[in-house]
Amino acid sequence: MANSHQLKRVDFIFRNENDWEKVLSTTIKKKPQELINALISSELKGRGGAGFPTGLKWKLTAESKEKQKYVICNADEGEPGTFKDREILSRVPYKVLTAMAICGYITGANKGYIYLRGEYKFLLPELNKVIDEFSYYCKEINLDFNIEIFMGSGAYICGEETALMESMEGKRGEPRNKPPFPTQAGYMGKPTVINNVETLVHSFTIFKYGAKKFYDLGVQYSRGTKLFSVSGDTPKPGIYELELGMSLQDFVYEFGDGDTKAVQVGGASGFLVPRKKFKDAAIGFKGKLTGISLPTGGSMMLFNSSRSMFNVLDNYLEFFREESCGQCTPCRVGCQQLLLGIKAVKRGEKPASYLDKLLRLTETMQYTAKCGLGQSVANSFSSIVANFREEMIY
Amino acid sequence: MDPIQTLVKNLADKHGRSRESVLPILQGVVEQEKFLSERSMIEIAREIDIPAADVYGTATFYSFLETKPAGKFIIRVCKTITCAMKGKNQVLFAIQEMLKINLGETTPDKQFTLLETNCLGWCHKAPAMLINDEIYTELTPEKVREILTSHMKANANH
Ligand code: SF4
Ligand code: FES
Repeated sequence: MANSHQLKRVDFIFRNENDWEKVLSTTIKKKPQELINALISSELKGRGGAGFPTGLKWKLTAESKEKQKYVICNADEGEPGTFKDREILSRVPYKVLTAMAICGYITGANKGYIYLRGEYKFLLPELNKVIDEFSYYCKEINLDFNIEIFMGSGAYICGEETALMESMEGKRGEPRNKPPFPTQAGYMGKPTVINNVETLVHSFTIFKYGAKKFYDLGVQYSRGTKLFSVSGDTPKPGIYELELGMSLQDFVYEFGDGDTKAVQVGGASGFLVPRKKFKDAAIGFKGKLTGISLPTGGSMMLFNSSRSMFNVLDNYLEFFREESCGQCTPCRVGCQQLLLGIKAVKRGEKPASYLDKLLRLTETMQYTAKCGLGQSVANSFSSIVANFREEMIY
Repeated sequence: MDPIQTLVKNLADKHGRSRESVLPILQGVVEQEKFLSERSMIEIAREIDIPAADVYGTATFYSFLETKPAGKFIIRVCKTITCAMKGKNQVLFAIQEMLKINLGETTPDKQFTLLETNCLGWCHKAPAMLINDEIYTELTPEKVREILTSHMKANANH
């Protein structure tokens, strides 16, 4: 039962491992197929939010016959309430680089990029130093793998993998149509593995300690650990590595301030869970957890009873309206209309039933918007409106 | 060659002249000039040999690539949820009062530009702001006044 699962702190990600050289040199002595199998059997899923099986992604890229391939580390962390990737890049960057190089070895890519968000530019000097040291070692062991940093310039949508590639190609960061997927045609039209920073670090753990170690943590369909960025009304804001599958109840018990009325799981594009549902909600990937299961990029925002959920929704919508790339109408117009709509209801210019119209609009966006941004606006909108309808009106 | 031409040429020498170099070049110009003038975008278009409209279209997509003149220090105060909950408005008022400008404006001496921005990734230490690339967290009106004062002083000494 999900709600009897205790909160378990783990220390893999930030554990200081000063043997990355050894991990790298011994791992690349194994057969690519063997390593892919390990990754698959660990059941590691992407930690950026979407949760695609990492082993499968690498396998698909490895199978492509193209000569030129790329590995991209997505460090364009922009989901409101998320700050884990920055912490990884400043505390254990060599783990990220090692994982990228191993991925290059497995898939046949000799070029890696870290797409770093503009807001984190201050990390650049330190990161470049680590990369230099790393390349030096790669040369020593005759591994042909080269890593470069590509700086973003302040656009949330560039965290979407195809938008990120457009941006790297010197264009507006507008999401592409899928298929083709990046594993077939990614950066510069070439097969590309693109992984979130945290995902790469987990693969480091798997290569070092074996798939079983990882698999044994977590629950069915949600294996391993996850970094959670905890913020809002909490006495303990910060970053925590926890086993997947915990109940929200346990989470709030540990991190709440005694007066938690709701938790936003997964950032502005995630879901709001009100107090009465804490018991039934488990944190893990969509799947067979009991009750509600909440996939998450790791952002956990707590709100206590002093907060107006109208203000929260208003702030989220403002965010989406600004960050929508504007390429498709449901999202571009939808975000604006939702924002205008809730304000009109609040001011009494529209009746409360107008909220239902807006809910239908979010449904339309969910089905017709081109990428995750427009599709996921419905998550926070409907979960906030459904659970705090009064606060939207009065 | 005038300074803009030289700057763009040097950046193109460094980053290359293919389409993939557009962002690094734009970033390089902003770093130097604080914003992208029409002139500089046309120069980039010429150097890389793509339509100026494409350069403009790309530049305007990114919030850190200013296309309006900006001050030496660009202040970006986070306005996303946690910062909003933890006193971003008070911080903003303190800055406006001290610099005597509104959001979106630049001080007459061209030293400071005040902007808002979306989540900076420091929500556990909200409220947060960037001044150029430098991050400042757990802000209070007092703290902000100190930070600005030290920037003004450092500047006067130059
Ligand atoms: S859903 Fe929004 S962000 Fe995504 S492509 Fe459409 S307009 Fe752009
Ligand atoms: S909400 Fe301001 S830094 Fe995240």
